[in-house]
Amino acid sequence: MQIEMRLISKDKMESMSPTEKLRFVLDGVKSGNIVVLEGGLTSEEQMKLIELTMIEVSEDFPGIEMSGYPSKSGFLHMRKKTRLTVVGPAKTMKTIKKEKDLISAIISST
Amino acid sequence: MKGVFSRLLMALLFKKKRVKIGIYGPPNAGKTTLANRIVHTFVDEEDDVGVSTEVPHETRRVVKREGVNIDLTKNLSQDNPVSNPKTKRSKAKLALDVVDTPGLATKIDFRDFMAYGMDEEVAKRRAKEATEGVIEAIKWLDDIDGVLLLMDSTEDPYTQTNIVIIGNMEARGIPVIIAANKVDLPDSAPQRIKNAFPQHHVVPISALKGDNIEALYGEMAKVFR
Repeated sequence: MQIEMRLISKDKMESMSPTEKLRFVLDGVKSGNIVVLEGGLTSEEQMKLIELTMIEVSEDFPGIEMSGYPSKSGFLHMRKKTRLTVVGPAKTMKTIKKEKDLISAIISST
Repeated sequence: MKGVFSRLLMALLFKKKRVKIGIYGPPNAGKTTLANRIVHTFVDEEDDVGVSTEVPHETRRVVKREGVNIDLTKNLSQDNPVSNPKTKRSKAKLALDVVDTPGLATKIDFRDFMAYGMDEEVAKRRAKEATEGVIEAIKWLDDIDGVLLLMDSTEDPYTQTNIVIIGNMEARGIPVIIAANKVDLPDSAPQRIKNAFPQHHVVPISALKGDNIEALYGEMAKVFR
């Protein structure tokens, strides 16, 4: 079984509306791909992604695995800058583990 | 979504008499057990908010229990006095609505329920209800004044679900208390939760046994007022 990994540039992410962005990520993951987003998703976007995922959970698509590096606070803690988010299909991405500077995932088709 | 400033302004101008506290967390963290304990302690010993079992997603609808009056001056036992007398005098009362929510998850597979002996049809129905429960829990975030985030202290706390809940509360300016639950279990490690989220109040508790529960009530009275 082949698994495609898509590394999405920050420019591409910023060119999309919030809804387009989440649709783009979820469509990619539902197709069986692991999607890595440069710049990442904000906490609010990740919550929306969980909500959208739950709407689309089915027998063949049980959901997503997600991880990322924590956001860093911007000027006066007013705006948090996200850094990187990894999203994959829960069916094949069995576990995803994060340490301080390392995200590792176990991929299995069984 | 309400922003931090609008929430602060509203809080200053219109101080609520009763705050709405959402109990959030991953499945099987002990949310309903804690909700039951709060209601048993301050409302009625026979009044259950919900049923707790070992099967994940037992709570699949949001349950709100209105009019819970936390009064530590009345309910603290003589054996467990509040260590800080200022807390007892000035901030020992809190009127709240308790909102017990379904566990937040990024995946729900009906096959996982079959491992608990359910047949396929029942497991699929439960999975469907569980997805609806997650959506409902997320929608309730727009309508609460504070979050009690329950984490299982025997598990790795640094999950994306926990991080996303905390990130959302920070963005909305909603106060959060983390309860490191299940400290009665031998492999419990509440310090791991404190290390993972050093910027937040973390109170180690056992919702089941009641260990350190007065400290949690005291923290709630202080943070959610």
